[in-house]
Amino acid sequence: MISIQNISKNFGDVSALRDINLEIKDGELFGLIGPDGAGKSTLMRLMTTLYVPNQGQITMNSRHTVKDYKAIRNHVGYMPGKFSLYQDLSVEENLAFYASVFGSTIEDNYDLVKDVYEQIAPFKKRLAGRLSGGMKQKLALSCALIHRPEILILDEPTTGVDAVSRKEFWEMLKKVQKTGITIVVSTPYMDEASLCDRVALMQKGEVLKVDTPEAIMKSFPKKLFAVKSENQYALLNDLKSNEHVYSVFTFGQYMHVTLVDENGNMEDLSASLQENGHEEVEVKQTDAGIEDMFMYLMNLENE
Amino acid sequence: MKRFFAFVKKEFYHIFRDYRTLLILFGMPIAQILLFGYVITTDLKDVKIAVYDPTPSEVSQQLVHKLESSGYFIVDQYLNSPSEAEAIFQKGDVREVIIFEAGLAENLVKEGKGNIQLLIDASDPNMGNLVNQYTQGIIRSYQAEMIDAPAVQGGINVESRMMFNTDLASVYMFVPGTMALILMLISAMMTSISIAREKEMGTMEVLLVSPLKPLQIILGKVTPYVALSFINAVTIIILGNTVFGVPVKGSLILLMGESLLFILLALSLGILISTAAKTQQVAMFISLFALMLPTILLSGFIFPIESMPEILQYISAIMPPRWFIVIIKNIMLKGAGITFVWQETLILIGMITFFIFMSVKKFKIRLE
Repeated sequence: MISIQNISKNFGDVSALRDINLEIKDGELFGLIGPDGAGKSTLMRLMTTLYVPNQGQITMNSRHTVKDYKAIRNHVGYMPGKFSLYQDLSVEENLAFYASVFGSTIEDNYDLVKDVYEQIAPFKKRLAGRLSGGMKQKLALSCALIHRPEILILDEPTTGVDAVSRKEFWEMLKKVQKTGITIVVSTPYMDEASLCDRVALMQKGEVLKVDTPEAIMKSFPKKLFAVKSENQYALLNDLKSNEHVYSVFTFGQYMHVTLVDENGNMEDLSASLQENGHEEVEVKQTDAGIEDMFMYLMNLENE
Repeated sequence: MKRFFAFVKKEFYHIFRDYRTLLILFGMPIAQILLFGYVITTDLKDVKIAVYDPTPSEVSQQLVHKLESSGYFIVDQYLNSPSEAEAIFQKGDVREVIIFEAGLAENLVKEGKGNIQLLIDASDPNMGNLVNQYTQGIIRSYQAEMIDAPAVQGGINVESRMMFNTDLASVYMFVPGTMALILMLISAMMTSISIAREKEMGTMEVLLVSPLKPLQIILGKVTPYVALSFINAVTIIILGNTVFGVPVKGSLILLMGESLLFILLALSLGILISTAAKTQQVAMFISLFALMLPTILLSGFIFPIESMPEILQYISAIMPPRWFIVIIKNIMLKGAGITFVWQETLILIGMITFFIFMSVKKFKIRLE
């Protein structure tokens, strides 16, 4: 279990994390979701003993990150934001090096990395610097796993990787999770949140909400409408200036809109938009996603 | 132990796969020793002189002949009048004008006394001094021969012998100096850069979050460079010996041992630099500025320490190459044993201990 209590971290005058409290259960696939600058990487570096907190404490399977940092370093797998591979070493050499650093060998724990490594094995003689983003990511994951850690910490593993590789990567994480390893993963992509068991929504150094993705989506407190017309730009401006509208965000080809009045309905909204001269107006009620919840919480926070 | 070997192996991959590193490692020492040996020489060789001799005689011709056959001077031209001297100096080729007085040979016979004037281009003072000394030396020895022949006259006969470097070859000076310079630069720069590279690439972050101890990381990074720098030291000694004829009079084993000691010193300095430098560029600049210039200027490599202002003499005492240069000069040229260089050796050991202590202390087990 990872227990994060009252954690604050400052860099000079800049406060990167403020009073974070989290509990991550054994064997859980836990997501830290938030935009750049939310403090995800800082929190992960605190967990991996790379930073000392200004306040509060973290225990990783009851080991204290400051006092017991040496013990933690034997049992944590960490994949930093930049894929930390040696560009001038081949795929195989990278993996062998990381294995030996942890006093292990590729053969010892091959079963654990087999699924991941087999996909890049055809390129094992290739230098890591010449791999595609997706392959680098798989190699970095193999390297972080090769010593059979208790806890795996992945800092934005899918950033800058193509959609297919991202999907494959999450499937691999699910398999790794089945071996009993606790996984903490951060991502700026809201759509990846639903793949985690539980997520913490983070913003500007604070945790806005912690729950399962389903519960977070269900807890969306307002009716949500998806709106579309033939002139999206004018639509956005009109919705923003409409006094009945509480919030509006562009969401793919639709605008996601909530109303001030809880009893407001689609027909009124549609009618007022047609008054503004919009054609082909389409309004439908929709289910909130993680991103809607995130935007809603951010709005609350800013008010 | 297995971790350590894996680390060293990885480090060797880095070195051998980067042709720029290889070039610096092995190209630079050879290029530098050849450059210093051939180009930057303070030896006199084929210096052009002009002669004004209004009354050519046996004496003046024998003198000119002596000057030429010494190998130091070449007579570029004979002047028609002493006033041409200035114009000739301005052209820049001729460094010295020798003016014999009219009737030199006759005066010598009649009055037992003759006059020769030397005009020397001293725009390069060292060179001017050398030219002056060499010319006077040759004239003096000619005079001695003249006097010897007929009758014995009194006076003190000074006979100097240049010990340990009979020909006063400056390459004897440059080989030890260059060795210090190269070992210092290569060892310190390469280690500091390679550690800074791990920081820059983010791989240091993973190494930190591994069970590796700081000392293991440092030793793993440094070991390959110890081996490669040692090869360099051997190369320099062989080159110095075969190409420039610089002897190794003392014990070769002692010389190698001292070189190894100096390599360790430079490496520990490199590690210390890398604890302060976050990027490869910073590491390189610190290494170049903090090491190269002091090594060249303050170590007694080119400029004698005794003639420096007092404060610089103190500064030069904390320059590691200064002591190393003393040691290898003593071993190579004077054939000294450990009993003569133990003090300098102790100083080097003390410096290593200090640098390693500082590095391990400053090595960060965390990010900042």
